[in-house]
Amino acid sequence: MSTKHTKAAEHFLSDKEQETWHNETLWFVREKRDRMAFSIPEWEELREMANKIKMHTITHLDTYLEQFTDKAEANGVVVHWAKDAAEHNQIVLDILQGLHAKKMVKSKSMLTEECHLNDFLIRHGIDVIESDLGERILQLKGEMPSHIVLPAIHLKRQQVGELFEDKLHTEKGNSDPTYLTRAARQHLRNEFLTADVGMTGCNFGVAETGDVVVCTNEGNADMGTSMPKVHIVSMGLEKIVPSIQSLSVFTRLLARSATGQPSTTYTSHFRKPVKGGQMHYIIVDNGRSEILANKKHIQTLKCIRCGACMNTCPVYRRSGGFSYTYFIPGPIGINLGMLRHPQEYSDNVSACSLCYSCNNVCPVKIDLADQIYRWRQNLDSYEKADPLKKTMSAGLKFLFERPGLYNFALKFAPLVNYAPRFLIYNGLNEWGKGRELPRFAKESFTSMWKSGKVKPKK
Amino acid sequence: MKVGLFIPCYVNAVFPEVGIASYKLLDHFGVEVDYPIDQTCCGQPMANGGFEDKAIPLAKKFDQLFEKYDYVVAPSASCVAFVKENYPRLLKKEEHLCQTSGKIYDICEFLHDVLKVDSLPGKFPHKVSVHNSCHGVRELHLSSASELNIPKYSKVKDLLSLVEGVEVLEPQKVDECCGFGGMFSVEESAISSCMGEDKVKNHIATGAEYITGADSSCLMHMEGVVDRQKLPIKFIHVVEILAAGL
Repeated sequence: MSTKHTKAAEHFLSDKEQETWHNETLWFVREKRDRMAFSIPEWEELREMANKIKMHTITHLDTYLEQFTDKAEANGVVVHWAKDAAEHNQIVLDILQGLHAKKMVKSKSMLTEECHLNDFLIRHGIDVIESDLGERILQLKGEMPSHIVLPAIHLKRQQVGELFEDKLHTEKGNSDPTYLTRAARQHLRNEFLTADVGMTGCNFGVAETGDVVVCTNEGNADMGTSMPKVHIVSMGLEKIVPSIQSLSVFTRLLARSATGQPSTTYTSHFRKPVKGGQMHYIIVDNGRSEILANKKHIQTLKCIRCGACMNTCPVYRRSGGFSYTYFIPGPIGINLGMLRHPQEYSDNVSACSLCYSCNNVCPVKIDLADQIYRWRQNLDSYEKADPLKKTMSAGLKFLFERPGLYNFALKFAPLVNYAPRFLIYNGLNEWGKGRELPRFAKESFTSMWKSGKVKPKK
Repeated sequence: MKVGLFIPCYVNAVFPEVGIASYKLLDHFGVEVDYPIDQTCCGQPMANGGFEDKAIPLAKKFDQLFEKYDYVVAPSASCVAFVKENYPRLLKKEEHLCQTSGKIYDICEFLHDVLKVDSLPGKFPHKVSVHNSCHGVRELHLSSASELNIPKYSKVKDLLSLVEGVEVLEPQKVDECCGFGGMFSVEESAISSCMGEDKVKNHIATGAEYITGADSSCLMHMEGVVDRQKLPIKFIHVVEILAAGL
């Protein structure tokens, strides 16, 4: 009885020190989030409002996307539509090739990860530079993000120090965070100065103004869009909010939920191209409109990618982002993976104890745990159900449907207490690997009730 | 007031004393208690494992067995939450109108909200660490969830405060999951055990002699960890403390 997640999690747990550090570091972020959330009396009202605004917007996208693109075009932005990842990547390449661009500097974007943009562009001879510090570390190391907000959270500063020694020729053995950040900054400064094009993701697209809003802490999106004359924005079609006023609900929730900050250091609005330059929006579907039609999972489209569900998830904290087979881990990733391809990503559905903490931290109130419960009900129809769990469930049903047999089993269950240890604690007993089994009582409650030991017979 | 007592399968087999304490408490407060003898399991283990359809016949049987009572009361928050949250939808598939979902209570909830108990006889002069179980907190709202910005409360702590001598403590990460999760505990056994160990550690760090709570399933899971590692803490269901003087 195991999934790819259970095996990867076991591997992660084998380094107990690293696991404890990972667990506690993310819990620290959860606590920061709590302090921020509790400092705002209207926090729960804000969450409810955000939920309603998002539900309204994603169910009226025909109106809002049109309004957004009309405004953007009037502002001088070129709007492109991509039905899938391949179209998205091709549009980016066409823009770059049309400009004879050689180098593109990027700020953080989960959508470009989803589309595997970097690999595609590099294959076509474009030099792609990630400028978010965490993402840059991973790019130098050749790794994927393990968290959507804290992409390099699986690495310790010593590992970053060693990487920089090798790639950026920093001092040997120096893993002082300030020193390393300065080194990265100097190295990136040159990339900003020599890039032909800057690309950003998009946290919010404001329909009323045509603005794209990008939230960062490092100011790298601003550098990347200030130095080069061309700015490409890659955005999912669900990123729209109706107005500046409704945007304010989300800017209050996003950073508080994500990192426990009142707001990100930079909340930048981009509206039109710089003088003599170009600005492009690529609005991407890539499966989103299918989710719109899926009543059981439509709520995933409300996600603002804050990562709070990962920080609170007791399974994520103890198994790390790489234990999940989809590029977005944690509760939201389990659901998005299943929506992407249920047969391919069903291994992540086991990674949930149904504790429901994710539902409670989610700033837009996505029913994350309920959705995971629903996916489990479907695994059998995808032929991905665990055969042992299936047999166990059928066996339990058989037993519980027959009160006589159940009572018979209750009567003889205590005999198990006397079974030899090797019979019970062996490789087949998953429970027994870390825990003793419960011991059956000498007499069941039912038996005591029947014989009048609970309620004296009158 | 007629109450149908629901004693979940594993409580029946492993913790019958929890059933007895539940009966004593209800009886003490003048409730007419009946125990439908043909009851078995609510179906949650199969449903959470992904085989909800296997729970439907059990739901139907359960509903028929308990529909005649004014209330259904059980000493297990998780099983109660399953009936309350899922039975109406499951039984709809059978075109059966669910009768029990609206009148099932966890016993703490029932004592606190329906009977409005304000005094209890007996003493329990011990330090206890309260285990706030996921389904008790986040589905039945027995206490305020740590994630929400709502006024703090705990029905379990309110009830415990009525017992003389008991010192009530709570662990760090006050309502983090113990890692049980039904079939999760065997499918993801490494993570589940790790969660159990961490949870027990946090309970022990309070200096308590006992871990107590409204969910025997979590207590059973943590007891498995404590027994394996021979750790210095004992377990007691909250109803056993509340019934200390009965």
